[in-house]
Amino acid sequence: MSSSTISPPAETGNRYLVSGEHHPANGTMLGFWLYLMSDCLIFAVLFAMYGVVGGNYAAGPSPKDLFDLELVAVNTAMLLLSSITYGMAMLEMQRHRVKPTMLWLAVTGLFGLAFVGIEMYEFHHLIHEGAGPQRSAFLSAFFTLVGTHGLHVSFGIVWLVVLLTQLGRWGLTAANRRRLACLSLFWHFLDVIWIGVFTVVYLMGALR
Amino acid sequence: MPARLPRLHSLLLQLLLSLPLAGCDMVTLSPSGDIAARQGDLIVIATVLMLLIVVPVMILTGWFAWHFRASNQKANHDPDWHHSTALELVIWSAPLLIVIMLGAVTWISTHTLDPFRKLDRIAEGRPVPEGVRPLKVQVVALDWKWLFIYPDYGIASVNEMAAPVDVPIEFQITSSTVMNSFFVPALAGQIYAMPAMETRLHAVINKAGDFEGFSANYSGAGFSHMRFNFKGMDGEGFDRWVAAVRESNTELGRGEYLQLEKPSAREPVRHYGKTMAGLYDAVLNLCVEPTKMCQRDMAAIDARGGLGLANVYNVTRLSYDADRRRGAELPASNVYVAALCSLPSDVMASPVDPAFYGSRRLAP
Amino acid sequence: MTIASEPNSAPAQLHDSVFLGRLSLESIPYHEPIILVTFAVAGLLGLSLLVWITRARAWGWLWRDWFCTIDHKKIGVMYMVLGFVMLIRGFSDAIMMRAQQAMAFGDANGYLPPHHYDQIFTAHGVIMIFFVAMPFVTGLMNYIVPLQIGARDVAFPFLNNFSFWMTTAGAVLVMLSLFIGEFATTGWLAYPPLSGAAYSPGVGVDYYIWALQIAGVGTLLSGVNLLVTIIKMRAPGMGLMQMPIFTWTSLCTNVLIVAAFPVLTAVLVLLALDRTVGTNFFTNDFGGNPMMYVNLIWIWGHPEVYILILPLFGVFSEVVSTFSGKRLFGYASMVYATIVITILSYLVWLHHFFTMGSGASVNSFFGITTMIISIPTGAKMFNWLFTMYRGRIRFELPMLWTMGFMFTFVIGGMTGVLLAVPPADFVLHNSLFLIAHFHNVIIGGVVFGVFAGVSYWFPKVFGYKLDVFWGRVSFWCWQIGFLFAFMPLYILGLMGVTRRVSHFEDTSLQPWFIVAAFGAVLIGCGILAMLVQFRVSYVRRESLRDDSGDPWNGRTLEWATSSPPPDYNFAFTPRVHDIDAWWDMKRGGYQRPTTGFLAIHMPKNTPAGIILAGISGVMGFALIWHIWWAAGAAFAALIATAIVHTFNLDRDYHVPVETVTAVEDLRTRQLAEAGA
Repeated sequence: MSSSTISPPAETGNRYLVSGEHHPANGTMLGFWLYLMSDCLIFAVLFAMYGVVGGNYAAGPSPKDLFDLELVAVNTAMLLLSSITYGMAMLEMQRHRVKPTMLWLAVTGLFGLAFVGIEMYEFHHLIHEGAGPQRSAFLSAFFTLVGTHGLHVSFGIVWLVVLLTQLGRWGLTAANRRRLACLSLFWHFLDVIWIGVFTVVYLMGALR
Repeated sequence: MPARLPRLHSLLLQLLLSLPLAGCDMVTLSPSGDIAARQGDLIVIATVLMLLIVVPVMILTGWFAWHFRASNQKANHDPDWHHSTALELVIWSAPLLIVIMLGAVTWISTHTLDPFRKLDRIAEGRPVPEGVRPLKVQVVALDWKWLFIYPDYGIASVNEMAAPVDVPIEFQITSSTVMNSFFVPALAGQIYAMPAMETRLHAVINKAGDFEGFSANYSGAGFSHMRFNFKGMDGEGFDRWVAAVRESNTELGRGEYLQLEKPSAREPVRHYGKTMAGLYDAVLNLCVEPTKMCQRDMAAIDARGGLGLANVYNVTRLSYDADRRRGAELPASNVYVAALCSLPSDVMASPVDPAFYGSRRLAP
Repeated sequence: MTIASEPNSAPAQLHDSVFLGRLSLESIPYHEPIILVTFAVAGLLGLSLLVWITRARAWGWLWRDWFCTIDHKKIGVMYMVLGFVMLIRGFSDAIMMRAQQAMAFGDANGYLPPHHYDQIFTAHGVIMIFFVAMPFVTGLMNYIVPLQIGARDVAFPFLNNFSFWMTTAGAVLVMLSLFIGEFATTGWLAYPPLSGAAYSPGVGVDYYIWALQIAGVGTLLSGVNLLVTIIKMRAPGMGLMQMPIFTWTSLCTNVLIVAAFPVLTAVLVLLALDRTVGTNFFTNDFGGNPMMYVNLIWIWGHPEVYILILPLFGVFSEVVSTFSGKRLFGYASMVYATIVITILSYLVWLHHFFTMGSGASVNSFFGITTMIISIPTGAKMFNWLFTMYRGRIRFELPMLWTMGFMFTFVIGGMTGVLLAVPPADFVLHNSLFLIAHFHNVIIGGVVFGVFAGVSYWFPKVFGYKLDVFWGRVSFWCWQIGFLFAFMPLYILGLMGVTRRVSHFEDTSLQPWFIVAAFGAVLIGCGILAMLVQFRVSYVRRESLRDDSGDPWNGRTLEWATSSPPPDYNFAFTPRVHDIDAWWDMKRGGYQRPTTGFLAIHMPKNTPAGIILAGISGVMGFALIWHIWWAAGAAFAALIATAIVHTFNLDRDYHVPVETVTAVEDLRTRQLAEAGA
């Protein structure tokens, strides 16, 4: 190559180079969605496990003996409502209103807490009755599947609190809007998983 | 297809393997049981089918690499040639053809050589003679030895099994603790031995002689020595062997079994002149300890919806676990579901319903 | 060492102490002379390394420029270093096994008791797959993919650093098991009930579980990362069907990672629960089902095989076409073959346990799907063949490894299809034939591919080529050593010899094992020659230097930039018009601009990744030893650190125009000198 000056692409229209700085599309949402799909596979394994050993009570109690469908219905309502309130928060975010966004988020968090609380009560009650995760393969699979979901919701609540702080500090910046959108995906994803849990574990358990 | 195999088999062995492998005993390719022989033939057939494509590929690779080397300026050079529909068609269809042939062979042989399938012949051109009752053998993989129970003779042996030549053998196979694999290369391919589950194997030995059997699935510290002697015998020899075993005074009951079951390696051959009826079923159902609920009963109860909260505490600590378990540490869970009523130790907790094995407990 | 100073003399194996859990002085294997010597040597080497770094005053540089780096290139190099270090560990295990099996016949028991031997073959498998092959593959993808698609970095640079350190934390745990406690004695997939609390009560399986869990998180995140990178960050003009083949195979590999590793995570969680909480997923009693574990682990395990081999298929494609001076034959069919393999790899897992007795129809289904995979694989082989056809083949080192691959891999592929015939598998399952088969495809495919990739891209990474003589020595040692080590195993397998046996009665087998051990020694020479090659190349780097940035007359975009590439990879993002973008640029009279540079937006280094991974490692260790308070504390610290990191918004900066101009001017002078 000669030592003479070669002009930058902006001036010559060099067909092999992009003129100016190239900004590739932001991949956060795609990345987070991919992560959720991988998470979905974890739940798939837990569902499969429940499907295979869910009927192995080891001569112990079965879903019919254990589950309080009314309590679970209340619990389900909590989670579904929390999804609606999260939706409200996102609508407020679209309107660029920080305070109402935070308010709806806080309500979402409270519904989430109620859900986790009821679930912990249910677990405590079962273990107290002697139907802990060690009693049978069915109970192992039940506690693991439902517990993993509950753990996810708990993480969601922690994340939500952190986001509330960040919203309070920085307002609806691009980064915060992206994070809100990610948490939204996460929250609704957990809702979808719960509908599966509710159907497969509780409803079908009661029908068994 | 099967009729032509032996000729092909021996021809190919001579052609392909005899020179470099003279002097080694390839038991899988020249076994002494019909099932293993057919499996060995299959290995040869599949290899030949694949060599049809592998050999040309290797020759072409060598030839192209040599001919188109950079220093050979005479070779045709065409840096932009990168597509040819005709060639692509060949590239995809040549392996496809081989796989179609191999797939057909696979489908047929997998079904005819299914270990769960009853034998329809004892050797090539020799169907199972009418009136011949198959020899039933119940196999238990213990830590780390093999127990063979002959239910029709009421005898049992450890680390030695015998079978008459040209008589179909029906194996019922299970394990006491962890997964093993029951394998006598000279007789037939292997099948897993798994606790609380039963696998089956149908095979026949065509030559008298001593053959090696072992576990082909790693199962812990004593695994290397989990070997046994498989004796192929003529009818009289087998009868003499049975008589010799019967002469042994030791009896295999629940107590003896629980002793035998404890982990040990390099166990000598042992014979039991009498065996408790139904012992194998108790082993299979994990209820040799009479206080323990049988898996079969548990499955039946579970199928009816369990026993509810009333039975939630019906679990008992396994008192002998410290011996049976491996290592010195107390385990996280050494409990079991207790039997609902206890019985005298020589009676099965619940009678066997063979139909049940056929459907539910049969692995997997 | 904190363990030594703790005056805990209770028989800790019986009762967990509150403070140290299962850990006590007895956890250190004093009674094993082999381990003690290893410990002394490793300690001495580690200490001298530390002293050397301290004396060179390199800690600050190491920490800032390497440990905290978010540069995909440096992370790629660190992955390769991790791979090489662990290769030496994994190979030590191999040679110990070969020596034991060559000795232990009849009355001779060899030098390893079963408990030690069983740990070695388990560790060998785990290390070679998770901590050698995976880092190698991830390292190559990390370094090359962004360059090939004309990007400045990966989509999530911080996550990339975190992923690497998680993989390393897993490797550290495995290494730690050598000196504190023990490793699993279960085989590399740890089938229950053997791996359950009842039959493996020690810490070995817990080391296995937590090392893989921690490394698995890293692998999964790097899979997501590279996937988004390839989908979102390609240079303008590079449609999916314009991507270089290596990028294509990387894309498919990362799809497999994202779709397979969660299954491993989940199944290991279930096993961990069985062992620590006392659940009954895979126990014999209480309705557990061990067969579920075998199914689930292979639903991860089979795609894993293709995770390893696919990127190397990409490497071979790049190498063959570059060194034949010719465009890759059948690009489209290569891409479709890759996609078909990706999908089919999920439909074959049961062929790993035909002998479980699933029934003839199920077995034949999985057998035939397995055979179908050989069709696209065969098509790939032909494509490489016809790329060579009418080429001008230069037998440089990368091409040498590729030729070795082509001859070796077809044999491995053939024996693989043979094992896919269920009745044949009933005879050969778990035999040394199987061992020979998968070493045939993993050494012949993955290892040779990695070495082809290393010798191909080494000049890009360091600016000088590798020494050819020692490279050839290494290649021939590996190639011949492989034949000696594994051809006897094929024969032994046909003689009905099974795997994982530490002692044989039949002395007539011994000659075969001695030949195999000799082969292993040859492979050891190959590894040694490669280390010598690195050293010699470094010493002779001035005479091996390549200033052009394109030493092989390459075809893809990584050769368009300097060697080593600047932090920002490309001063101006390239615009792509052809599959072989750089080849097209060279032909089209592309001229590199020498003025008018702009400031470049780049991510900033951060220590968050190594800190998070370090805490994860501590948590893993605490969980292994049942030190619950420490596990809880580490978990809390993990969450807290992650939250603190989200408050750090100072994550990027602009490389000023002056810096870019200075770097590019240097390159202009370099090119002028090289041209003169």
